[in-house]
Amino acid sequence: MNGTTLFGLGAAALVGLGLYGLICQPGALRKILAFNLIGSGIFLLFGVIAKRGGGALAAAGSGSDGDPVPQALVITGLVVAFAGTAIAVALLVRLAETAGRSTLDTDAQDASSLPADANPPGERLP
Amino acid sequence: MSLGLISDLVLVLLVLSLAVWMNIARTAYRAVVGFVAYGLLMTLIWVRLAAMDVAMTEAALGSGLTGILLFGAASRLAPFEAAERARAPGPALRLLIGLLCTVVAAGLGAVVLLLPEPAPTLAPLVAENLSPTGLQNPVTGVLLAHRAVDTLLESVVLLPALIGVWSVAADADWVGRPSALPRPPASEALTLLAQVLPPFGILVAIHLVWIGADEPGGKFQAAAVLAAMWVLVMMAGLRQPPPVVARGWRELLVVGASLFIAIGIAGIWLADAFLAYPEDLAKPLIIAIEVALTGSVAVFLALLLAGPPAGAHRREV
Amino acid sequence: MRFALDLFTIVMVSLGGLFFLAGTIGLLRFPDTLTRLHALTKADNLGLGLVVLGLLAQTSSPLGALNLVALWLLALLGGAVVAQFMGAAVRPARWRTGGVSGAREEEGG
Repeated sequence: MNGTTLFGLGAAALVGLGLYGLICQPGALRKILAFNLIGSGIFLLFGVIAKRGGGALAAAGSGSDGDPVPQALVITGLVVAFAGTAIAVALLVRLAETAGRSTLDTDAQDASSLPADANPPGERLP
Repeated sequence: MSLGLISDLVLVLLVLSLAVWMNIARTAYRAVVGFVAYGLLMTLIWVRLAAMDVAMTEAALGSGLTGILLFGAASRLAPFEAAERARAPGPALRLLIGLLCTVVAAGLGAVVLLLPEPAPTLAPLVAENLSPTGLQNPVTGVLLAHRAVDTLLESVVLLPALIGVWSVAADADWVGRPSALPRPPASEALTLLAQVLPPFGILVAIHLVWIGADEPGGKFQAAAVLAAMWVLVMMAGLRQPPPVVARGWRELLVVGASLFIAIGIAGIWLADAFLAYPEDLAKPLIIAIEVALTGSVAVFLALLLAGPPAGAHRREV
Repeated sequence: MRFALDLFTIVMVSLGGLFFLAGTIGLLRFPDTLTRLHALTKADNLGLGLVVLGLLAQTSSPLGALNLVALWLLALLGGAVVAQFMGAAVRPARWRTGGVSGAREEEGG
């Protein structure tokens, strides 16, 4: 057991915890958070694989001892994950403003008490 | 058990307990606080994995900017949380889901334990082919030379993302300014910070782009720092977010990817392949792309945070 | 010389660690938000300062030393601003309720 394997097992647990939140949390914002948790766990798995593959580069005298290919993929992945989160948040805030709910249920139980779409956006929310 | 392993164990346990906290926290706001702390600890894990470039990106983007985004959303959505809680699944269903997720995690854990030995790797290939690019940082080499297509697509994909965020605005709000950034009450401390910090931030960003060719650093990290500085200035109220119809900003958005594509196409004639660089010009061209992309990505990140445009009546509240 | 520098580093970093420990204990044990902030900012700023001072003896270039000092100053700035912020956020609730636990009500909303 070394540190890298330990991080790998932690990453597996993070994916499990994120998946649990994604399914169990009723609020969409909590689901977005949980989804970020899954993504972060998967990035960490990549990082573990990069570290395992990195010995050769260190032997070549290039300083770093990580495999740069998975690392570069994780960096682009982080940027795309941020962009995806931004879209999800924008859609969710808009949903809350127009439909008056922040869950993904389709039954109109909460929405019926509020006139959907009729209210000018922003009057109810600070 | 070595000292390094003990600190790794402590890090993993802290990260996992924060992940649990994100699941059980009563309000979304508390969960987001957990997420930001989680991101900072994750940064330490990346350092331990010898991935300095990723660590910097995680700290600036994964923890910092995502944190601002989620804080803003959490405070806007706080009035709806009571209704959410009523819809949580019952204990039996939770147990079932928990078991399912444990199986998934155990499967992944087994994969980690059964990874092939010796690890398959592209690292020697990268190390051999780094010298023609004139770069020292292998991660930048992969991003801009060996896997340049990925990086190009990734910088282009920010555009549909921003269009997606903008397009949730109501028609009447289109001419307005973005308003999703949290606006804390005016305070002298915040104003001071927003005046003192940006010069340092800009300096750090330039430094990151410049050394990115040879040492950990590069355009994404620099762009995240620049975006954070701009967002700070906007949150302090010293500058308004630009209206989405402003032409100059839109041009800034596409300049990075355009230059990348132009140099890539020029490579067809000069170096016999799309996105290939002529041998003696590789480093200057890569640095030019890095600089242009830094500007564009910084504007993208800040505008993604600033959110969809909102009408004037909304901005006042 | 080398030995003296190493000793200096060990002593200073340990002292800094001690301040961090004290600050963390204060954060956990102090009764309300304002005193906890006091523990955090005072102890952590001083602790980090001592750690940086200790590490200065290990730097090989003046630029590296400057980097460390700049880091400490930026951390000071960040800590001071955040403390101001939190203080401003708790104060009204504290005065309104007249209790020392005003901060907790503020958090929930």
